[in-house]
Amino acid sequence: MKKAERLIKRTLPAMAGAAAAALFLAGCGGASVNQTAAAAGASGTPCGTVNVAMNAWVGYTADAAVYSYVAKNKLGCTVVQKDLNEQVSWQGFASGEVDVIMENWGHADLTKQYITDQKVAVDAGPTGNEGHIGWYVPPWMAEKYPDITDGKNLNKYASLFTTSESGGKGQVLDGDPAFVTNDEALVKNLNLDYKVVFAGSEAALIQSFRTAQQNKTPLLGYFYEPQWFLSEVPLKKVNLPAWTEGCDSNPETVACDYPTYKLNKVISKKLDDSGSAAAKLAKGFTWTNEDQNSVATDIQGGMTPEAAAKKWVDAHQSAVDKWLS
Amino acid sequence: MSALVQERPTAQPAAVIVSEPRRRPSRRTILLLSAAAVWILGFLVLNGTATLALPASELTDLHRSLNQFNAWVGANRADNPLFLYVFTPLRSAVDAVANLFTTTFAATATGLRLPEIGWLGTVGLLTWIALAVGNLRVALLTAAVFVFFGIQGLFVEATYTFALVLTSVLLTLLLGIPLGILAGIYTRVAKVITPVLDFMQTLPTFVYLAPLALVFLIGPASAVIATVIYAAPPVIRLTAHGIRRIPDNTREASDSLGTTGLQRLLTLQLPMARRTIVMGINQGTMAALSMVTIAALIAAPGLGQTVIRALQSLDVGTAVNAGLSIVLLAIVLDRVTTAASRRAEPGAARSRRLGRRTRNIILGVALAVVLAMVQLSRTMLWAAAFPADLNVGPQIVQAVNAASHWLQSNLSLFTVSLREGVTGAILNPFQSLLTDTPFYILVMVFAIVAYALGGWKLAALTTACLAVIIFLGLWSDSMVTLAGTLVATAVVMVLGIVFGVAMGRSDRVDQLMRPLLDAGQTMPSFVYLVPFLGLFGATRFTAIIAGIIYAAPVAIKITADGISGISPTVVESAVASGSTPWQVITKVQLPMARQSLALAANQGLIYVLAMVVVGALVGAGGLGYDVVAGFVQSSIFGKGLAAGLAIVFLGIMMDRMTQAAAAAPARSIPSKTTA
Amino acid sequence: MNNPAISVRSLWKVFGPGGEKIPGNRELSALGSAELLERTKCVAAVRNLSFDVAKGEVFVVMGLSGSGKSTLIRCLTRLIEPTSGQVLVDGNDVLKAGVAELRELRRRKVSMVFQHFGLLPHRTVLDNVSYGLQIRGTGRNERHAKAREIIELVGLKGYEQHYPDQLSGGMQQRVGLGRALAGDPDTILFDEPFSALDPLIRRDMQAEVIRLHKDMGKTMVFVTHDLSEALKLGDRILIMRNGEPVQCGTGDDLVGSPADKYIEDFVSEVPRADVLTLKWITRPVADSTPGDAAVLNSRMIIRDAIPAVMHSSCPVLVEEGGRITGQIDRDSILSVLQPAEAAA
Repeated sequence: MKKAERLIKRTLPAMAGAAAAALFLAGCGGASVNQTAAAAGASGTPCGTVNVAMNAWVGYTADAAVYSYVAKNKLGCTVVQKDLNEQVSWQGFASGEVDVIMENWGHADLTKQYITDQKVAVDAGPTGNEGHIGWYVPPWMAEKYPDITDGKNLNKYASLFTTSESGGKGQVLDGDPAFVTNDEALVKNLNLDYKVVFAGSEAALIQSFRTAQQNKTPLLGYFYEPQWFLSEVPLKKVNLPAWTEGCDSNPETVACDYPTYKLNKVISKKLDDSGSAAAKLAKGFTWTNEDQNSVATDIQGGMTPEAAAKKWVDAHQSAVDKWLS
Repeated sequence: MSALVQERPTAQPAAVIVSEPRRRPSRRTILLLSAAAVWILGFLVLNGTATLALPASELTDLHRSLNQFNAWVGANRADNPLFLYVFTPLRSAVDAVANLFTTTFAATATGLRLPEIGWLGTVGLLTWIALAVGNLRVALLTAAVFVFFGIQGLFVEATYTFALVLTSVLLTLLLGIPLGILAGIYTRVAKVITPVLDFMQTLPTFVYLAPLALVFLIGPASAVIATVIYAAPPVIRLTAHGIRRIPDNTREASDSLGTTGLQRLLTLQLPMARRTIVMGINQGTMAALSMVTIAALIAAPGLGQTVIRALQSLDVGTAVNAGLSIVLLAIVLDRVTTAASRRAEPGAARSRRLGRRTRNIILGVALAVVLAMVQLSRTMLWAAAFPADLNVGPQIVQAVNAASHWLQSNLSLFTVSLREGVTGAILNPFQSLLTDTPFYILVMVFAIVAYALGGWKLAALTTACLAVIIFLGLWSDSMVTLAGTLVATAVVMVLGIVFGVAMGRSDRVDQLMRPLLDAGQTMPSFVYLVPFLGLFGATRFTAIIAGIIYAAPVAIKITADGISGISPTVVESAVASGSTPWQVITKVQLPMARQSLALAANQGLIYVLAMVVVGALVGAGGLGYDVVAGFVQSSIFGKGLAAGLAIVFLGIMMDRMTQAAAAAPARSIPSKTTA
Repeated sequence: MNNPAISVRSLWKVFGPGGEKIPGNRELSALGSAELLERTKCVAAVRNLSFDVAKGEVFVVMGLSGSGKSTLIRCLTRLIEPTSGQVLVDGNDVLKAGVAELRELRRRKVSMVFQHFGLLPHRTVLDNVSYGLQIRGTGRNERHAKAREIIELVGLKGYEQHYPDQLSGGMQQRVGLGRALAGDPDTILFDEPFSALDPLIRRDMQAEVIRLHKDMGKTMVFVTHDLSEALKLGDRILIMRNGEPVQCGTGDDLVGSPADKYIEDFVSEVPRADVLTLKWITRPVADSTPGDAAVLNSRMIIRDAIPAVMHSSCPVLVEEGGRITGQIDRDSILSVLQPAEAAA
């Protein structure tokens, strides 16, 4: 032991010298890679950093992936994606954590709070997609029970939908508690013999519908379009009392179907004021439900969002150029 | 042969002895039985009346006025002095510290988003720190784990998480150690602080995310603040405990030499409490890691984000990959801080193999090498960003996904029938027993039980807690939560007794189980949700399983310690008098470990309850759902807040009741009539 | 006594709520412990105690556990705050001393050795012994030099870099002793320092204290529950019971003329011949005693006189201050050796 210690004492200073020399040589390199990389980045107007909120459904991911791809590769922006819940994302406008929400479903209250009152966000125009939310059943049920798509008949079929989670009532399967939903209120206000149960996520909803169609088991659930899954399993919508202007203004008393949402983009005031190309891109971005579904299908099929976005952008150069001009 | 024959008659007197002293049932038993009778009668006769059920979409006036808080904050953020001079500066300060660490280790916001110190430098620096505060073994572990993060393709995420943990722990210590010292020295401070800490520790992590995000906005700053709140109690408690448990005679000896208060603190209290304080740092760090992961919900960057994304896309592979990172990070943080606490043990210096000089030389040389690595990682791209060709993350994810698909498709029959069976046979009936009985009957039942366990005081406290819950408008949801919690706790106790007894009786089983339990305890609750979600779907059953997994290790450990803590002579004498192992367990070991069992139930319950909200992410209803939904839907923000409070009061009530059960003597003192 | 090192007057220590009222209250202060506890929920650990300790004296306070002796010794430097009374150290009233003054007293004048040693486990022997010097701001080199001296003095040379838990109990107490000596105080207080030690080691340590006392001549106040230790070390012994003084005097005073039944029981097991001096068995000189008989000093321990008396054919004369005070013979010696038979 003593000997080893002595050995260490003798050799270590030499090693330290060598290390210091290495340090010195390495130090000659000068500037940090970050600065070098920044200098070598895209030419033209500096874009800076864009924080993109990532809400948890594939349609959204498709929008955000294409936006991020273009911002990064065509504009040279630094894109930071943040996985956040829908409403939490809006809070990010106030804190500077979020610059872009790529697919917004309504949210009149948040619009008022953050765009009108606090003035920290700006409406960046429609995405070109139209959104529909509603209650759906798998196609086999619509065939077997043709009148089930009329909301008035739901109570008649309630017993079909009972599960161990629904406490003897029929089950309405909802997605993520964070999604836009009036379902709890609908059940109560339409006097439906149902209970809302949350699957927790879009993925879980899709899996449940897929299994229900495969095994011909009953399922009633919350769903929406644009949604790539509808081309795999064409779910049938159940018609609730039609939406009329203002019928859903009070979330506690709502007793009508969901409206048609003109999906839009929202960007932070900060990004808008900066005059960054990223703001321009966000405002210019529009596409169709088919476009979104094709990207979403690719992502669902196992492509990374970035690769799927690249594929779409490569095939739609002219559309992208239009967003930027 | 003759011995065998002789043995038989002795069995009979033994049987007589068992049945002979037929004690009259104690007062407590009578009270508990009558409570059960009231309950069942109430359930049967008055079923479904006065259940105080509140449909999920409905709010009470209280919830609406709490909602107003949300609007008030939004309206006053810009000009209220509280925000101008307290919250906003605090947020900026915390943000600056967090930013310093994240840009150093994880990523800057510009250019290629490379951190100030690239991966090579980070690995080198952290390894050096582990060597300096710990030993060579933990240093090697640190290096290996951080390189592995890169191989997993999660280096940036892991360093983000690490940087936030570092920020939180530093701030926690800055706040916690002085407070702990004050609480250790001044009894009065301790008296004020203890209930606050109790409250903070019963408060489920999730509950204060929403209000915090409201006040401090989402982002790393709020995440750090939430984490500090969560991690400070163990630091404060252990610091105070370390100072308080210094033997009187040592303190007196130091006083007799004429020390001033400051000298006493510096030469006696801090050095002697050092080890306990470092233990507090260890516990605080683990708590911080688990909270930083959850804080991903309010935009804390890092591994938590990856887990949440996996949770939302049911991507078991990604979840397992990220979960593995979190567990590894937990292990590194645990081992390094534990090694540091060993180093802090009094007199640890003498057992070191290297002299102080030699050690310093080694550290100095290593530092030079590390600085060279840091410099390299700032100049060379290969040393800055982890090489992409070493990243096997996607392969790991795919392999796990393949395995999980195989499991899901092959086990689904089993998992589904298990879930349906337990839900239908146990959970649903029990839940309806709680939700369908009129509230006044249940309040009465709880009050009687509380009185039986802890007298008038406890009965009053219990009634008060229930009254608050009713006032919060969440009685029915609370009963749903209570049902799940009690079922999970019951299972936890069964596991605790079975494994605890096995561990307490056999060193080999103990050695086998300990590392598993340790791993279970260091794993943040978030991590194992996804695999179970894959197996069982989003149901209450899944949430209960998650709660069980989270709480079982602590219950097993406490039970095992209780069993192995029984004096060996007692067990020896029982064996010597011819008891079978079963008799030893049931007649000697379990009764003698009764206090430990009650403590295990207490801790198990608190742990399960802490998991209730997180369980709502995978299908638990009740209060947990209210909290989660209130967090993500601004229209029911107030209800979520109320639900958070309801969980706290439910927790306080159950905690006090189990504590009273633990403290009460095994046999009540014979009442005067029998004496 | 001229300029006593320590002088205690009417000292009271009452534990419990409102304890400060009891010493001044005639009725309450007269109550026994049980009644006092019942009426006031207070315990009087030290009751109206007065004594002086001379410079260079070894003063032993003795009593059973619960007699208040440990409380008493702590009151001397206010480790426990006395309820009322007066404690003068070198003529200065400790009870009136301010914080700084009290600290000075503890740092320089009076140090203490404890039953459970009270060593700092995170410090080496050297650092433990030099702790007091560090506290009063002595520089590192100076205090280490002084500490090494002391360590040698208490017989721990070679153990400077050891930690307390590497030492045996006896050695740990030597560290405790060294720590008390390092500050070169005038007075050392001992609180049952050897009761946690094995009998053999205890004997060594007692011898050590006697040696140090001889070499350094410090005033010592020594608390013990062991009578033989008290008799061995004490110039004078104060016996306490229930916080009250029962008797105060030299060892042979206590054994020779116990003040009451309590002390009589206490000392009954003591080998009287080892403690008593000739004075206690001296009888008037008989006419038959020859004038040229051997003469012994009256302060001689009886056991030491045995050979002389037993070998002498006639009684032996006893002198004190050059004057013959009486005589002793074989019978008087035997009566001390076999007290039971003598009584019968």
